[in-house]
Parts: sequence; C-alpha cells; structure tokens
Amino acid sequence: MIKIYGVGRGRGKEGENKPAAPKRQPGEIRIQKELDELELPPHTSIAVPDKNNLMAFHITIAPDEGFWKGATYKFVFNVPGAYPHEPPKVKCETKIYHPNIDLQGNVCLNILREDWKPVLSINTIVYGLLYLFLEPNPGDPLNHEAADALRTDRVNFARLVGRSLKGGVVAGESFPKLT
Amino acid sequence: MVGDGDVVMSDGADRHKHLCKVLYRKSPFADEDCFQPGEETRKYLQEECKVLVIGAGGLGCEILKDLALSGFRDIHVIDMDTIDITNLNRQFLFRSRDVGRPKADVAADFINRRCGHMGVNVTPHNCKIQDYAEDFYSQFNVIIAGLDNITARRWINSLLHTMVEFDEDENPDGSTIKPLLDGGTEGLKGQSRVIIPYMTSCFDCSLDSFPPQVNYPMCTIAETPRLPEHCIEYVLVVEWDKHFPNRKLNTDSPQDMKWIFDQAKERADTFGIRGVTYSLTMGVVKRIIPAVASTNALIAASLVNEALKISTYCGPVLNTYMMYMGNEGVYIHTFEYEKKDDCLVCSGTIRNLSMPAATSLQGLIDSLCADPSLKLQRPSITSDKAVVFMSSPLLRKDHEYKLPMTLRQLVDEGVLGENEVLIVTDPIIPSKLKIRIALT
Ligand SMILES: [Zn+2]
Repeated sequence: MIKIYGVGRGRGKEGENKPAAPKRQPGEIRIQKELDELELPPHTSIAVPDKNNLMAFHITIAPDEGFWKGATYKFVFNVPGAYPHEPPKVKCETKIYHPNIDLQGNVCLNILREDWKPVLSINTIVYGLLYLFLEPNPGDPLNHEAADALRTDRVNFARLVGRSLKGGVVAGESFPKLT
Repeated sequence: MVGDGDVVMSDGADRHKHLCKVLYRKSPFADEDCFQPGEETRKYLQEECKVLVIGAGGLGCEILKDLALSGFRDIHVIDMDTIDITNLNRQFLFRSRDVGRPKADVAADFINRRCGHMGVNVTPHNCKIQDYAEDFYSQFNVIIAGLDNITARRWINSLLHTMVEFDEDENPDGSTIKPLLDGGTEGLKGQSRVIIPYMTSCFDCSLDSFPPQVNYPMCTIAETPRLPEHCIEYVLVVEWDKHFPNRKLNTDSPQDMKWIFDQAKERADTFGIRGVTYSLTMGVVKRIIPAVASTNALIAASLVNEALKISTYCGPVLNTYMMYMGNEGVYIHTFEYEKKDDCLVCSGTIRNLSMPAATSLQGLIDSLCADPSLKLQRPSITSDKAVVFMSSPLLRKDHEYKLPMTLRQLVDEGVLGENEVLIVTDPIIPSKLKIRIALT
C-alpha cells in the first residue's frame, strides 16, 4: 500500500497568478545530458550558435570516403519541447546532390520520422546521417533525378556528384563549390 | 428555469447518505494510520479539499460530473479550447448553442446550475496550463488530468515535481506533494494512474511505453503519397516551412488550418488521391485520436474514485497503474509502474549548498567533484536562463571563459539566479542532480 498520510494536505495561498516562470522541461534536461555525453564519430563536429539554447545546434559532417568525400555538410538540428517523445527536426543546410536529401534540405532517414523511438538519441541520428553518405539508398528517393542516376550507372553518378562538389551544374541545378 | 432536459436533483439532508456510509464507517482496507472515519473527514472533503481538473473535453466532462456527484465541492477546471460541433456526441455538458464558447466556462456553468444547490462550485480557467505558475497549482490538494496530449501531461508532471520541497535529509515534505491522477483513452483502450511525486513513478518514467506518434516516411509523403494523410503531412512538414519560414503553425487558427487544408487538397488532386477533408486535416495536424464515450466514462470514474480515496484516506489507493483493454475482449490489469533510475524528472537528489559569493565557477565545480557522496567526474550545469557550464570536450570551449568568474558575478550577469535550483548532469549519474546554492 502506498503510504500517503499528509500528502496533498498542505496548500499554498491563492495568490495573484504570476506569469509562469520559465522552467526547464524534461526534454531540455535530456538534451543537456545527451550533448554533455555526445561522442561524435570522426569527421563530424557540433556547434551551438546560441550558447544558452541547447535545443538548436548544428552538426557538420565531412565524409572521408564515398561519393561526397572531401566536402563538408552542415545539418541544422531543432529539438522540439516534446523530445524525446518527438524526434528532432533535421535539415541539411548545404545544398547537396543526393538521392535521399532534396534540394530544400529535407532528409529521408527512417529514424528521423517513422522509426523514431525515445530510446534513440542525437548520437544515433548522427550515425544515421553518416550512413547516408556511405550508403545512399536509391530505393527511398527524395531527389528522383539523383536516385535514377545512382541506380542506372554508379560510375556516372560519381561523376555527377564530383561535378556538383566543384560548384558545377547537375540536372539544371547549380551547387556550391565544396572541394 | 429548467430547460434542455436539465433535472434538478432532490434537495435533502440525506443527499450524501451513501458517501457518508463510506466515510463514517471503519474499513478493513483503509490505512489505519490515516483514515479517521467520521464527520471530520466528510468536512475535509466538502469544506477544505480543493481539486483541479485539467481538460474539459471527453474525459473532463465525465470527471467534473463524477466529482460533483461524489461530494467534492471546490472544483476548478482549466482548458484553453472552445467547443466544436464534433465534441457534442460525447462531451455532454455542451449543447449546440455553446459551439464556439470556451469549454471551461460552459462546463463550469452547467455543473454549477445543476449541482450548485449541493454546494458545488466550479471555477473555470480559460487558458493554457502553461499560463499559470507554481502558486496557482499549489492551492490544490489533488489534480486530475484528462488530457489528450503527451506534451501537456509531461509539463504538469514536471511542474508538480519541481514544487516539492525537501528537508535537510533530502526527504520530501509531504504537504508540498500534490497527487496527480492521470487518465487517457484511445478508442476502446484506456488507462488511469496515480502519480505521487517522488513517492511513485512519474509520467516521464513511462515515456518509452507510449507509442510514438505516427510519422510517415519523408520519401513517401514527398514522392509517392498514396493516402490523404500523406498529402496533409507533406504540407505540414515541408510546404509550411517553405512558405512561412519564420512563423510557427498555429493549429488553433482557422486561417492557418484552412491554408494547410487547401494546399493538401491541391496536392491530393495532382496525385489523384481522394479524401482530404477539413476535419481529416484537423485530425492529422492535431494528432486527434479516436474517442469512445463509454471508455471516457470508465476511466473518469476510476480517476474520481482514486481522488476520493486519496483525499479522505477511506481506502487503499491504486498502486499505481490501471489498464483497461476493451479492444481485446475485456481485460483490466493493475500493476505498480516502477520508477526509472534514470528518469530525468523524478530521479536524482537535490542538494542545498551554501558557498561564499566569491567562490569561482571552477571552485564550485571542484567542490562538487570533491564531494564523496556525489562522486561527480565532469559536471555540466544549467540554470533556467542560461547554460552555466558544459564539461563535454566538444562544448566546453563555449563556456570556459566563465570558470574564473565568481558566483556573485554570474548572478549579476544573469547566468544564474540567487537560490535558483540548478540542474547538474554528469556521465556518472544516470539522471541528474539538483543544487541550490545560498551565497554567503
Ligand atoms: Zn519519473
């Protein structure tokens, strides 16, 4: 039996209702703990633009192998208050020619949406993003043109990515110079 | 005047005859150390006990009715929503003429009209729960939540935990503990639970067990939509940000919702998908879950039974979780939901420290690490307003400049408040540590 004698019997005075003081929500404490214990894989880094707001940060990935080797990509993370019940919102801020990332920076990664679970973490997402650079998946396309190119001819796809990284035009879109 | 099928209940001294049988007689089940059968207990319930109901929707209407008919008199209700025509099938305190009016107002009016002669008085609050601070919530003896979303339930759960005060031995002061009775339903399933801050598990302890909200794959909604929901979701996650990059969608604004609906309809048409309606748009955007009136009635009844027991000690309180599964035949299961060691709300201790104002931040960190009962290795500290220090090698450079500053300077610079509760995390502790520093 739960011993509850005295519980709830005390009562504060009914004062004027002061506006609610900001109170850190469990989602923010969880992010404090996660960022504090973050162990980034090689070639990635984190920056917190507003040093007092851990709910918004950037993760930078510089793949050292695969099609995008040598370039650097910035992902913007916005963590909702309902975290970890809801996943962080992640966008790729660097324009990229990639089957699973569209030209607006939307990312198709299962753990960011349909397969998100509260036991996952920022660390898992970083590994997920890294994997997109190593194993782009033309079966789940967000950029159809890029997916088709990868599916039909990997060598040609590598050439197209290479052109995009040098600041060239691919499929009518110009890309920033990254290498 | 009595209208609309309102029935005024018979007046009479024996109105609470049945309730009094429960409150005046000894019970072999009640905790002998607490329960005092008799007039005192009835008086407490009716003249002192103040209860808050959060949410005046499907569950809220049932809870308010049950409270008023169970002897509670001083009842408050808080809800920010207005009545929609689709509520009327189960939110029985509302009539079609009430559409557009605040739920809390109408619900309070109804109960007061109907049960006012019994001494019941419902006070409405038409606002968000986040609009009120601790001093509002501290006036109540018990809080019942009939909410449909996890964010609000986590908020109230967290606030009620921060309101608890601890003595020097780190034991919670019972009089500052507000029991939270939380209910939820989904179709033919429902659950009610008792949360007594720091004595039982809390809402966040069970966060992992809530099914995550349905999120369709990005590539499906963007490239191969098949369902009307896919079109709505695409507009919600992609189009909105594109058209209104710096404005958050207001799901309570008819203009915003109309925009989402129009765009989703257009998208559905281009893909030849049927079924995008305004009400489906509302359902997807607000993540509305189906409600069955009888499940609400059942869960509300169990919450109010617990409220009665927790307020009068007339019987043992649910320990701590009741699950009703009407969708698999009828199955009811009660069990003790265990506290989680790494729960960021209810786990971890609080330390009251006293330190010279001239102590540097480095000095504070050193003393935390030197405390053998804490065994911290590299603490990170935040206040309500700011990040005080992050020890992670990845982030410490952002905050290193504060290490030589004194606590007084940090207070003056607004990095932390005097006597504020600071949150400390450290890889060595599964949850967090709270510290409150009195400057000397
Ligand atoms: Zn907990």
